[in-house]
Amino acid sequence: MGAHHHGPAQGISRWLFTTNHKDIGTMYLWFSFAMFLLGGFFAMVIRAELFQPGMQLVEPGFFNQMTTLHGLVMVFGAIMPSFVGLANWLIPMMIGAPDMALPRMNNWSFWILPPAFLMLASTLFMEGGAPAFGWTFYAPLSTTYAAPSVTFFIFAIHILGVSSIMGSINIIATVMNMRAPGMTYMKMPLFVWTWLITAFLLVAVMPVLAGAVTMMLMDIHFGTSFFSAAGGGDPVLFQHIFWFFGHPEVYIIILPAFGVVSQIIPAFSRKPLFGYASMVYATASIAFLSFIVWAHHMYTVGMPIAGELFFMYATMLIAVPTGVKVFNWISTMWRGALSFETPMLFCIGFLILFTLGGFTGLMLSIAPADFQYHDTYFVVAHFHYVMVAGAVFSMTAAIYYWLPKWCGRMYSEAMGKTHFWISFIGFNITFFPQHFVGLAGMPRRIPDYALQFADFNMMSSIGAFIYGASQLLFLYNVIATIVAGKPVSDEKVWDGAEGLEWTVPTPAPYHTFEEPPAVPKPAGTI
Amino acid sequence: MGKVFSGAILTFLAPLAAAQNQVNMSPGVTEIGADIFELHMLIMWICVVIGVAVFAVMFYSIYAHRKSKGHQASQFHESTKVEVAWTVVPFLILIAMAVPATSTLLEVYDNDEAELDILITGYQWKWKYEYLEESGEPVAFFSNLATSQEEIYNTDKKGDNYLLEVDEPLVIPTNTKVRFLITANDVIHSWWVPEIAVKRDAIPGFINEAWTRVPEEGIYRGQCTELCGSYHGFMPVVVHAVPRGEFDAWMAAKRGAAVAQTQLAMQTLSVDDLMDQGKAVYDSACLACHGAQGQGGIGNAIAGSAVVMGDLSSHMAVVAKGVSGTAMQAFGGQLNDVEMAAVLTYQRNAFGNNTGDVVQPGDVTGMKNG
Ligand code: HEM
Ligand SMILES: [Cu+2]
Repeated sequence: MGAHHHGPAQGISRWLFTTNHKDIGTMYLWFSFAMFLLGGFFAMVIRAELFQPGMQLVEPGFFNQMTTLHGLVMVFGAIMPSFVGLANWLIPMMIGAPDMALPRMNNWSFWILPPAFLMLASTLFMEGGAPAFGWTFYAPLSTTYAAPSVTFFIFAIHILGVSSIMGSINIIATVMNMRAPGMTYMKMPLFVWTWLITAFLLVAVMPVLAGAVTMMLMDIHFGTSFFSAAGGGDPVLFQHIFWFFGHPEVYIIILPAFGVVSQIIPAFSRKPLFGYASMVYATASIAFLSFIVWAHHMYTVGMPIAGELFFMYATMLIAVPTGVKVFNWISTMWRGALSFETPMLFCIGFLILFTLGGFTGLMLSIAPADFQYHDTYFVVAHFHYVMVAGAVFSMTAAIYYWLPKWCGRMYSEAMGKTHFWISFIGFNITFFPQHFVGLAGMPRRIPDYALQFADFNMMSSIGAFIYGASQLLFLYNVIATIVAGKPVSDEKVWDGAEGLEWTVPTPAPYHTFEEPPAVPKPAGTI
Repeated sequence: MGKVFSGAILTFLAPLAAAQNQVNMSPGVTEIGADIFELHMLIMWICVVIGVAVFAVMFYSIYAHRKSKGHQASQFHESTKVEVAWTVVPFLILIAMAVPATSTLLEVYDNDEAELDILITGYQWKWKYEYLEESGEPVAFFSNLATSQEEIYNTDKKGDNYLLEVDEPLVIPTNTKVRFLITANDVIHSWWVPEIAVKRDAIPGFINEAWTRVPEEGIYRGQCTELCGSYHGFMPVVVHAVPRGEFDAWMAAKRGAAVAQTQLAMQTLSVDDLMDQGKAVYDSACLACHGAQGQGGIGNAIAGSAVVMGDLSSHMAVVAKGVSGTAMQAFGGQLNDVEMAAVLTYQRNAFGNNTGDVVQPGDVTGMKNG
């Protein structure tokens, strides 16, 4: 508890050497937004090629590089780091801690990310091109049959894994050790709870991903045959390992989003979150279940019937805690005093569209029906409803909600609402028709398609351009706010906002809670 | 029931969707296809009903409990009774879904007592079909995309079955339990025909099973559904279901042709025969990459190629073993000796190569044996 109330260092060294959780959070957020634009650019290439049947713009091989990089950049570059950035900014402020528990490691976990993505993006210019085996990189397409750049891809994945593990250890250490006196576990804001559970998931599964890519590396360069039947291995083993990481991964992406929504809906309902304790238990059950459902991505690989049934029943079960969450959010709104500022609009958008994605998830969990859905555009629609309308919408809500606190300036509400409506409409024009073409039989990851899918694909592409363009409006709004937004000085910013982060001055000073605050009232009544 | 529901959906969407725009799963032609379709509709309608109820509550709240209307927030935030109810009720609904799902799955897995076995092998980027029968000359063939490059690259009008047509479809008898044994030669593929509701991954080194019994004569089209490399989008599946009698006749003709090929392999063929058959092989196997005029494209030019006009055994080695790390596959296992001889002769004499070399099936057999 030093009494040095110094501000940030000057110039570039402020960012290179910083150990301040707010600076690091800011860097994570800007980095993830840059990745969001890059991944979005790849998506635009994909949708432009799919605008009409026939090959127009790119070659099939390059098309596969685009789908692969789009998925990897969005999942590992945009969504995951953005929530780590949010955690950096908010967790210390929410639990009354002066900073993260391991500030130097915090600096490291951020700064190894940009080189990793630079390396991944540079594969586009290598001989044989970038990875073209999908973000799920199934062997042996990703081993024996991959372009030489796969080795750089493996290295990049290792670095991302290290970054995530360091980030999550830091979050666990912070939450366990640095809560202000009186901030018991069951008083922590839900965002902190969901991140704590997410951090445990990350520590558990990132090493599994590292194992998978290391086995690939051995198969490619050192003559092993983990994934090659010719040498006594098994390509399906790869899928089991990948999805043992991959399914928890999708919850790593969505749990912090649940946390955000659980903060914002009460604020604009002016009413405490309904069922705080059941929200915590539901999050924990989802995290537990996420470890025993992985093979629902593999119903068609030829598993024995007993395995098929087990994974089907376990997957269906996830709908229960997920439903509990949705019911709780709606009960929070029920008989509140609702207002619809931009963050609330994005949360309501989340609620509607995520629930739709949950329904298609339930349909996909039914193994015999999944024989028809699997690897079609129906799955593409499902995961964009949960990941874009789930994670990205909630992230956007979070930025609008906390930005005024961070920079002491208010964003333009008119522009924010416009951004919401264009996003909401653009998103649905893009992804709703994908349910139709998927059911009608259009496989995913194809650069060209049969004529009966043409109309809906064109619609989807138009929607994607609209949705893509609306993100530029968002970028403009955020920059305009930081540079010239209307100053706000209210500590609370929003009249319904509750929690320790709203008790510090606005804009939040460089150092907060150097003295632990008094924790006001139980979180159940926040 | 399912038909009525899907009809209702189609009517509802009619203004939006022209007749060709299918918006729902196909009920298919097989019993299992119909069961899966019913299951899909059942789960979807359960979701729709729950969704309507949940969103109705939410929109009512958005409408009635607005601050702008002066609504005062109440402060309730817990109710164990409600929490228990909305945990238990969904659980019971799930059990109701699991029952039909389980029985349909058991049917899908009932691979016993098939009357005909067909081995399906996925290759980058085509399918091979082999009829596994105890007696008679074995019948096996490759099934390639038949859509032309001109259609794909928009210089020619796209046909009705654009990307869903093959040179030789899989032929199966109707009303017969056919078992598919599915595997792959290189990477993982997945064999899918929506209307008979069969989708199984084709995994190198492993054999998966699936089955069907198609009651109606017809042509059923599908595609590979597991990303398998650059031309994943260009390896369709076409199944032609024909009555038993017609199937037997087709089978006999195929056997006859196979016998004839074996005999041909022992004869000396005329240059014209070799060139004709060579052109046919070239057009189905080589043209996509090397171009209709041998001008090249994805692959090198054949016209004027040093390999093609040079030493015969190295020319054959490239065709038979492929060039690793490129799109040039190993065709050795895909072409018989007659076809190999024919395509080598064709390449050495077409497109202005005019080497005058004639390769006989016997030469190929000889080179293969060292
Ligand atoms: C009620 C909850 C959910 C259920 C029951 C569910 C079920 C499923 C199933 C069965 C599949 C496999 C479909 C197939 O490949 O044939 C799937 C795919 C997928 N789901 Fe979910 N899901 C749920 C929620 C989520 C959430 C919350 C996320 C992420 C935020 C998510 C992300 C994904 C992704 C990314 C895929 C596709 C992966 C790929 O093959 O590329 N799902 N889901
Ligand atoms: Cu999953």
